[in-house]
Order: sequence, then C-alpha cells, then structure tokens
Amino acid sequence: MNPISDMPQSLPQAADYIRILPEIVLSIFGMIIMLLDPVMDERRSQKTLGGIALVGSLAALAATLYQTQFPGLGFWNMVQVDSFSVFFHFLVAAVTVAVILSSYEYMEVQEIRAGEYYGLLLFGAVGMSLMSSAVELVLIFIALEISSISTYILAGFRRRAAISSESSVKYFLLGSFATAFFLYGVAMMFGATGSTNIAAIAGVLRAGQAPVLAYVAVALMFVGLGFKVAAAPFHIWTPDVYEGAPSPVVGFMSTAPKAAVFAVLLRIMFEIHAPGRIWLIWVVAALSMTLGNIAALVQDNIKRLLAYSSIAHAGYTLVAFAELPGDGVPAVMFYSASYSAMNLGAFAVISHFASVGERYVTLEDYSGLGRRSPLLAAVLTLFLLSLIGIPITGGFFAKFYVFAAALQANLVGLVIVGAINSAVAAYYYLRIIVVMYMREPRTDAPIAPIPAGLGSALAITLLATIYLGVLPGRILDYASRSAAELLR
Amino acid sequence: MSAMDNSILTLVTFIPMAGAILLLFLPRRDRDIRIFSLVVALLDFVLSVHLPVHLHRAVVGFQYEIDQPWIAHPNIHYHMGVDGISMWLVVLTAFLTPLCVLISWKSIHERVKEFFILLLVLETALIGVFMALDLFLFYFFWEATLIPMALLIGMYGHGRRVYAAVKFFLYTMIASVFMLAAILWLYAKTGSFDFTTIQAAIRSGQVENFAAAAPWLFLGFFLAFAVKVPLFPFHTWLPDAHVEAPTAGSVLLAGVLLKMGTYGMLRFNLGLFPEQSRSNAPWVIALALIGIVYGALVAMVQPNMKKLIAYSSISHLGFVVLGIFSFTPMGLDGATFVMLAHGVATGALFMLAGILYERRHTYEITDFGGLATPMPVYASFFLFIVLASVGLPLLNGFIGEFLVLSGAFGARPIYGVLAATGVIWSACYLLWMYQRVFFGKVKHTVNETLPDLDAREKATLWPAAVAALVMGIAPLIWLDSIDPAVQYALAPFTQLASKVVGQ
Repeated sequence: MNPISDMPQSLPQAADYIRILPEIVLSIFGMIIMLLDPVMDERRSQKTLGGIALVGSLAALAATLYQTQFPGLGFWNMVQVDSFSVFFHFLVAAVTVAVILSSYEYMEVQEIRAGEYYGLLLFGAVGMSLMSSAVELVLIFIALEISSISTYILAGFRRRAAISSESSVKYFLLGSFATAFFLYGVAMMFGATGSTNIAAIAGVLRAGQAPVLAYVAVALMFVGLGFKVAAAPFHIWTPDVYEGAPSPVVGFMSTAPKAAVFAVLLRIMFEIHAPGRIWLIWVVAALSMTLGNIAALVQDNIKRLLAYSSIAHAGYTLVAFAELPGDGVPAVMFYSASYSAMNLGAFAVISHFASVGERYVTLEDYSGLGRRSPLLAAVLTLFLLSLIGIPITGGFFAKFYVFAAALQANLVGLVIVGAINSAVAAYYYLRIIVVMYMREPRTDAPIAPIPAGLGSALAITLLATIYLGVLPGRILDYASRSAAELLR
Repeated sequence: MSAMDNSILTLVTFIPMAGAILLLFLPRRDRDIRIFSLVVALLDFVLSVHLPVHLHRAVVGFQYEIDQPWIAHPNIHYHMGVDGISMWLVVLTAFLTPLCVLISWKSIHERVKEFFILLLVLETALIGVFMALDLFLFYFFWEATLIPMALLIGMYGHGRRVYAAVKFFLYTMIASVFMLAAILWLYAKTGSFDFTTIQAAIRSGQVENFAAAAPWLFLGFFLAFAVKVPLFPFHTWLPDAHVEAPTAGSVLLAGVLLKMGTYGMLRFNLGLFPEQSRSNAPWVIALALIGIVYGALVAMVQPNMKKLIAYSSISHLGFVVLGIFSFTPMGLDGATFVMLAHGVATGALFMLAGILYERRHTYEITDFGGLATPMPVYASFFLFIVLASVGLPLLNGFIGEFLVLSGAFGARPIYGVLAATGVIWSACYLLWMYQRVFFGKVKHTVNETLPDLDAREKATLWPAAVAALVMGIAPLIWLDSIDPAVQYALAPFTQLASKVVGQ
C-alpha cells in the first residue's frame, strides 16, 4: 500500500491536465500579473491588473464548464473531477469574480498599491479549487496551504494600518498552528490505514473495526479544518482578523476558503465514514451557533459583528454534517453557495461605505444611511434579511435544508438549538437595519456614488441571493445529484 | 372560467408590488410619485371589485383558484384562492390603500418615494395573506407584512417611533416562529404545505401522531394570531405602534393588519383543528370578553385621541374573536362583518385624527374643545364615523355587533350579556371624546382659525362614510357571500356538536 509504488511510471496524459484546467488557468493569469506588476506604471497598473485578474477568473469559470465533459480521476488518483468538485470550482471562481469587481475601486480609494493583490487572489483561488477536487490527503494539505498563505498576506494588505498587520500576523500564527494539526491528523490516518488516498482509507475503515488511531486522526484533522471555517471553539482569531483585514478580502476569506474547506470536510466525513463524527459535529455546531450569536449581540463594529455572525453560520452549516449524507451533502453545498452570495454582498457594501482608511465601520456610522444613500441601504438590508433567513432569500432555504436534513436524522435537539439561535440572530441584524433607517444621520457628508465595478459585484450577489431564494430547485437538484455521485 | 378568473388573484396581489418596483425608477418628483401611487392603488381596487361581482355564490369552497408548483423540494405550491370571507378582506385592503395614499399626500413630505414604495409593498403582502392557500406561501406573506409596516412606523412615525417599531416587530416575529414550527410539523407528516390537502389528511385521520400533537399545533397557530389581533394579554404592542405610526400606517394597521389575526383563527385554527378549537373555546372566549371590557375601560381614560382609538380596536376585535369561537353561523357571519366594518370605521377615525394632527401636531384631547365652530364639516364627518363605530342602527357597526351578540347568546347567554356591555362602553368613550373635542366654546385661541376640510380630505373621507352607510343599510350584499363560506367552515362543527349531543 505504499503510495509511491502505486504510481505508474508513465508521464501525465492530456486528460490529466484537463482535470486541473481551472487551476492551471488561474495560475497562469496569476503569474502574468506578478510579471507585469513591476514593469507597469504604478498609477495605471491597478485597473489593468484588475482587468487581467477578472479575465483570468472568468476564464477559470469557462474552464470549469469545459471540465464537466471529462469527469474522472487524474494524476494517479490524486484529483477527481465530478459534479461535486465542479460545483465548488464554480463557486470559488464566481466568488473571485465578485471580489475582484468589488476591489476594483476600493484599492484606489484606500490608496493601496494593487500589484500582487490580484495575483494573490488568483493563487488563493487555485488552492481553494484544488481542495475541492483533491482526493488525496497530502494534496489536500498542499492546497490548503496555498489558499491559506495567500489569505494570510491579503489580510495584511492595508499596510499603513497597524490593525491590518496585527490581523495578518494573528491569522498567520494561529493558522499555521491549525494546519499543523491537520498534517498531524493526516500522518495518523496514514498510520492507521496505510494510505493517504481517500478511497483507499474508506476501503480500510469500512472493512473492519476502526482502530483508535483513526478516531484520533479524524479529531486532529477536524481541528485544523474547524479553524479554517471559524467553528467554535477554534474561532478566537475571527473577529480580530476580520476587523483588521481589508473589507473585500474579508468578503473573500469568509466565503471561498470556507466553502472549499467544507468540501474537504464533506469528503473526509462522509466518504470516509469518519468514525465518531456525530458527537463531534453536534458539540461544535451547537457551540459555534451559540457563541457566535451571543457575542454578535454586543458588537458595535460592523465587521466584528459579521465576523461573529460568520462563526454562527459555520455552526448552521455543520448541523447538516451530523447525519444522513443523502440530505446533508446537498444542504451543505446549498448553504455554502447562498452564504457566499449574501456575505460577499454585505462586505461589498461595507467596503464602499467604509471610505478612506476604513473609517466608517461602527454601527453609529450607519445612522441614517437610509437617508444618505437609499440604494446602498436597501441593498444591505436585503443581504441582512437573507442572513436572518427571511423567506424568498437564499438564506431562508439554506437554513431550511440544513435543519430539514438534521430533522430527517432525528437530531431534534440540535435543530431546536439552531432554531433558537436563528431567532436570537435576527436581533443583531435588525439592529443594523433599525440604525440605518430610523436614526438621524450624524453628518450630511455625501457618500461617493456607487462605482461600476462595485455596482456589478452588488448586482451579481443580489441576483444570486434572490435567485437562490425564489427558485432554489435547480441548484438543489444539482447538489443532490453530485452528492449521489460523491457517495457512490 | 375565463382567463380573467384564472389570473385575477395574481393581478390583484402583485399590481401594487409592480407599482412599487416602477416607483424605484421614477425620479424623485414628489407630486408625480403621489399621483402614480394613487393610480396604482385605485387600479388595484377596481380589479379587486371583480372578485365579488363574479363570485359564484352557489359554489362552496375556494374560487378563482390558481395552483402552480413553485419549488419541488420542499413541496411548495403557488396556491391562491378566496372564499366569501377572505374575498371581502381583500377588497377592504384594496379599498383602504388609495385612501391611505390620499391621506398621506401632504403629511409625508420627506423620503416620499420610500414611503409609497413601502405602502404598496405592504398592500401586496396583506392581500397575499388573505389569498394564500399554501401554508408556506401564507407564512411568507405573513412575515412580509412585518418589514414594510415596521419601517413605516420607524421611519415616518412620531416621538418614540423606533421603540414602537422594534416592539411591534419583535412581538409579532417571535410569536410567528411558533406558527412556523407548527407548519413545519404538518409538512413533515403530510409532505405538503397545501391547506386543502392537509385539511383532508387531518379529517380522514391519516396524519400520524396527530392526536398527541394537535393541542400544541393549535396553540402554535393561535399564539401567532392572538398577538396580531391582539388578544388580551398580548396587546401591549398595539397602543405604542398606533400612537407613533404615521396616519396611513395606523389606518392599515387597524384596518387590515389586525384582521390577519382573526382571519387566521377562522381559516386555520377552526379549519385545521376543529376539535381543539372547541375544547379551547372557553378560555379563548374569556380572553375575548376581558379584551372587550378592558379595552373599552382603558380607552375611556385615555387623554390621547389616537391611543383611545387604539384601545377601542382591542375592544372591537374582542367581538370578532368572540363571534368566531361561538361556532354559530350568526357569530361567524357577525365576526366577519365586524372585521369589515371596523376596518372602514376605525380606518376613517384614524384618518380624522391624522387630519387634526396635520393642523395642530398633537393628539391630546385637552388641546382641543369646541372644534365644531371652526370646522363644521370636519365635525359632521367625525360624528358620522363615531356613530358608525358605536353601532348605531343603519350604520355598519351595528350589523356586525348585533350578529356577534346573537351568536354569543346562542352559544351561552352569559357571553352575550358580558359582551353587550362592551357596546355601551364604546358609546361612552367615543361620545365623551367627541363631546370634549367638538362641543362647547373654543378653549384654545389657536384652534379658532383652524381651516376646515379641503377637497382632498373630503375625497378621502367620503368613500369611507358612504361605505359605512351602505354596509349598514344593505348588509346583505356582503352577508350573501359571507354566509355560504361560514356555513362551509362550520360544517365539521355541526358534526362535532351532534357527536356531543349523541353522548
């Protein structure tokens, strides 16, 4: 079972490259940006590089569509293209498009030299894409590191703000600690089953009694991944990092990497039939929802508030992991998609309103936003309603499917915890709406009109949020089909 | 069935919404926005009149039905339909909205566009509540009323508007979570959100564990509705919301929003859980009676005109709940009629109070006195509406209250006796208020020069006054279509009653 001897002694075929085509496309565009950055005029580079990055991520979308015609394993069973991986590739690429669009003017306003910013976004997307198609634990680890290292740097991109550097360093230190846990878990799993290939591990674990080492391995991997999705009790970093990082980056790192890590978790938990997962998930889900929501109640900084809310949402998503993969997997996929849409949108609004140096980020600053910029306020309201889970927004069906999956598995207790949490959460989201519409503005300073790039990012996320809320059927069908493929 | 009959419900529901979306793109010229909203609201009213005109009175059950699959998983249908009861509530909503546009013509001068967008969205949601026959759709419209209403109160209200808006929102939102839980339970057991499907499944006893869960399900629905009505002791949000709300908000709040609660009891509590309704009736009726008397007594001592009208609503809505839970055809006919009559009369009272507020920026009764001298036309309208609200024969308040009282006597005489005192109380507080505001000499010199009604205000009040009169003189126009629906709704109760008698 030595993985090295498993490798055939031939060179990779063309089909192998197609299986990582989106990653190749993203890397090439990333490198083009890195090469062009030093030779370009600093003042003009920002828009051009942003445009190149946009083309790159759109090309990755196209590559993903092309990939759908070539399902199967590649590179000696290390990556697998199936409708499950395609779903997450698509999601990551779409998130990248929206983030690039919403950073387009942000970087200029903040007077940040764009340069490698866009390159890092694309490299991060490479890692996240690869995470969802990798079926080999070591490759997953490498993908996780690619994605993490990009986000560590991105978090510190407001170089002049001390808080941003703090954010970056904190994220880096705690994040590397967490990935070490994951790697340790991978090593244990290799010790327990003699393989790092997910299918091979599953074969061994299903064949007989799972060794104690396998339990330890699952727990350790879960610690590493739980950190990345900001699930309690591994969530301590989240508010500080989100507060300091540039808003579009927060939008990025609270959605795409999380979705990718959830994809990995789905593969590990369900495909391997990870032993002992139910109580693990139960406790972590309940803790994340409760701690996240309670802490969010008392926040006055809107970025911190949404950081705690993202902890709670990680908890809701985990609820679907606890049982029955047939309902749970599509529920998680749907939740990732709709959370990405609404959270990205919310951060896009925040990044615009924050203005130079991210000055306006407290709840007080949002007083009378409904008067000062009716459009911005209305759009943010819709995203907040979706985060609450009001019907005909994506957030409603996301919660519905997650809780329905848990109910099917008779986890009534967890569903009750979740339902109470959703009610509590309504309070702090509504607080923002109340402040925006029912308080007098503190200043009459005009808000800059919504620029084109940000406007299109808002339009995309808004349409996605409403589409998922009005016609969730098609996405859910697709997710159910890919779940069936995954669990075959 | 003509094509019109198939699409009329969709049209009536979504025309205001479409108007609101168009408003988004209109330039901020306040006058144009007002005229446009008025046209949309009037168009919707005209279309809603199609419903009673073309209703087949011989047919029992729902009419103009439309049932399209919407989402496959969960199994949600776009299922709309009306019967004789809900149809009139739809017409009432469409009737009051243009009046709300007119009454807000001048009093709303800031953020005009947002105001009318919210008003029209609210109209869509309210109409949807009365039409939805899919429980999910119903829940959606139910929650959807909350946001525009809370924003109307919070953005355009007076003094403590934020407090009132948040209180209103939290009360109704928390209560409706219990309803959602009950709906999801029913969905889990029947695999459907469809009202008629679930009703049939319950009646044929196909729902497992139903007997054990039914009391809780009844309570889940009932709590959501009781807060909305509001039934004593869940009423404390109402006076705050009314006092702080802008006039149009109060009109729709009292005129239509409260009826969502009583309509819900009639349709869902009685329709899905007849046995539990019957076994819970004693305490529900007790709460209704307390509400009637308590609301009236508290109204009597209010120094604030708007608060007085708000408490009178609690009293009147007590009649409706009493009528519904008397389980007699007369009681239910009367309850439905009171809903409509109260909508017209109390709506008009709030408009009258708003007209005074526009002139003097106060609702305190002591700030007025002798107003009949400077404002004779206004005083006459006010008197007419007060008399309608008090229940003077030949005006609309009388018919409904009479029917409810007869129904209550039929159920148990003591109910009728206690409720009848409410009629006396209402005469006391309303006429006493009228006396203090309009009779005698002008007490404050500022009031001497108050202008009387202008053409727009008259145009707002005439329709309400005419409706109050016609409903009083020719109630059969309404009862003719209400009664078959009531008989149909009561069918399971007569079976229940014969079971009880048989024992």
